[in-house]
Amino acid sequence: MTSTPSRLPTFSSTTFVFGVAGLALLITSFNAINFDLETLIEGGPRLARLLGQMWPLNLDAVPRLLDSLWITFLMAICGTSLGIVISLPLVLFAARNLTPHPMVRFAVRGFISFCRTVPDLIWALVFVIVVGLGPVAGALAIMMDSIGFLGKFFAEASEEQDAGPQEAVKAMGGSRLDVAMTVVLPSAAPSFTSDALFAMEKAVRASVILGLVGAGGIGMELKVAMDLFQYETAAMVILLIFCLVVTVEQVSNRLRGMIFGRQ
Amino acid sequence: MVSSAEVTSRSLKANDCALQVKALSLTFANGVEIFDRIDFSVGDGERVAIIGRNGAGKSTLLRASLGMIPQSKSEGAWLYGEPMHNISGRKRRQLLRQVGFVHQKHNLVPRASALTNVVHGALARHRPGVRVWSQAFAPSHLRVEAMQLLERVGLSDHALNRASALSGGQSQRCAIARALMQRPRLVIADEPVASLDPVAGEEIMDLFSRLVVEQNSTLIFVSHHLSHAVRYADRILGVRDGRIELDCDADAKSTEELERIYGDEDDD
Repeated sequence: MTSTPSRLPTFSSTTFVFGVAGLALLITSFNAINFDLETLIEGGPRLARLLGQMWPLNLDAVPRLLDSLWITFLMAICGTSLGIVISLPLVLFAARNLTPHPMVRFAVRGFISFCRTVPDLIWALVFVIVVGLGPVAGALAIMMDSIGFLGKFFAEASEEQDAGPQEAVKAMGGSRLDVAMTVVLPSAAPSFTSDALFAMEKAVRASVILGLVGAGGIGMELKVAMDLFQYETAAMVILLIFCLVVTVEQVSNRLRGMIFGRQ
Repeated sequence: MVSSAEVTSRSLKANDCALQVKALSLTFANGVEIFDRIDFSVGDGERVAIIGRNGAGKSTLLRASLGMIPQSKSEGAWLYGEPMHNISGRKRRQLLRQVGFVHQKHNLVPRASALTNVVHGALARHRPGVRVWSQAFAPSHLRVEAMQLLERVGLSDHALNRASALSGGQSQRCAIARALMQRPRLVIADEPVASLDPVAGEEIMDLFSRLVVEQNSTLIFVSHHLSHAVRYADRILGVRDGRIELDCDADAKSTEELERIYGDEDDD
């Protein structure tokens, strides 16, 4: 007769070691940042006071804030569009099925990763120095971030396309560019559009923060309001940002639904 | 049955051949040997059927002959007398423009229209290919030619339908029109009717062989249907155990004879 198995799951020694190490890292992390519940509880009344100072919202500032919000939105559109325009040709070198040589793919993927890993705030600081304060610096920062995001996703979408039609065009004597333009681009167009819409959503959220370092738009209004303790205006800015982000997300979701629903 | 040791593919001079391969060998990385020094040639204007049981290496033989399988090795391969070995990728692309392929799975671009897919066939002779990426940019004479081909395969009413909206038979007809748009000297069809029902398959083979003859192209087709080999080919090559075991005129063998040698045991 076979014996009844143990109720408790068995762990390998490796799993046990990793588990203990993970737990130690977690405890050390909380200790290192002096995280304690007491401080958190003491902060409660201060949060309530801040929320009180934010009310009533400064409605007088709305027309001026809407102008800044519009600039923020346009900055996101310009930055994402530049990112799309630069990312599309990069696909020819970054996608495994289209690249002329693995080393070229490695180099281009490296550049794309670099664009992605440098935070957009750093790109904004760099471009503020290069082109001065204002939305152009913000748009360029978003462009770099979009290249990092779209370069990767466009290349992956290209690699996922059915190899059969690509082989057919190659067998007709078509070049890499022919394969990309006749097969990959039309087939991956819905994925590309969806990725571009995601990049747009991401850019709108990023463009708000970029204003904090002088890249123009509504972020600058938020920084000025907070610096001058005008919390009613700051709250209005936060509400408008929330409305913009939600609206862009909703429109983007609808468009994606339409694109994939039509296939 | 013809003894395997005695049969080699007919020897023709390279210049008389559409395709000639000498001592073709193919061994995969896992050590499985597919072919060992096969000689293989097809004369200009011939219609050749390659037959064999499932897994005999019929399609692989064709692809390896054209250097499309990197692991394959040969003493030499020639396409219309031009060497296919030790050449640049660019030169290979140029040579392959003479070859029209019809695949088992039609391999059309699903989101492109039937007309655009046929216009793509002109990539082989219209360089640079920018204007034939889509029917919308194609020169008028190419659009007209593509429409005529669609008409000949009975798809002119579906010209602007996406390829993904075509049925299996319609897709294969569209793929044939695309291959013929190349105006190829050699047409290679890899089980072109394998995914179709018998009636549609017969219809497609009939249309296909008629159009190939009209264009004076050489035809090599791989077929699982032995009756197609007898009816639509001038010459039959039988592949078995990685060797060409049979090389005869199509009228020298009946379907029943071929069935005994190459019919799959599980076939009806």
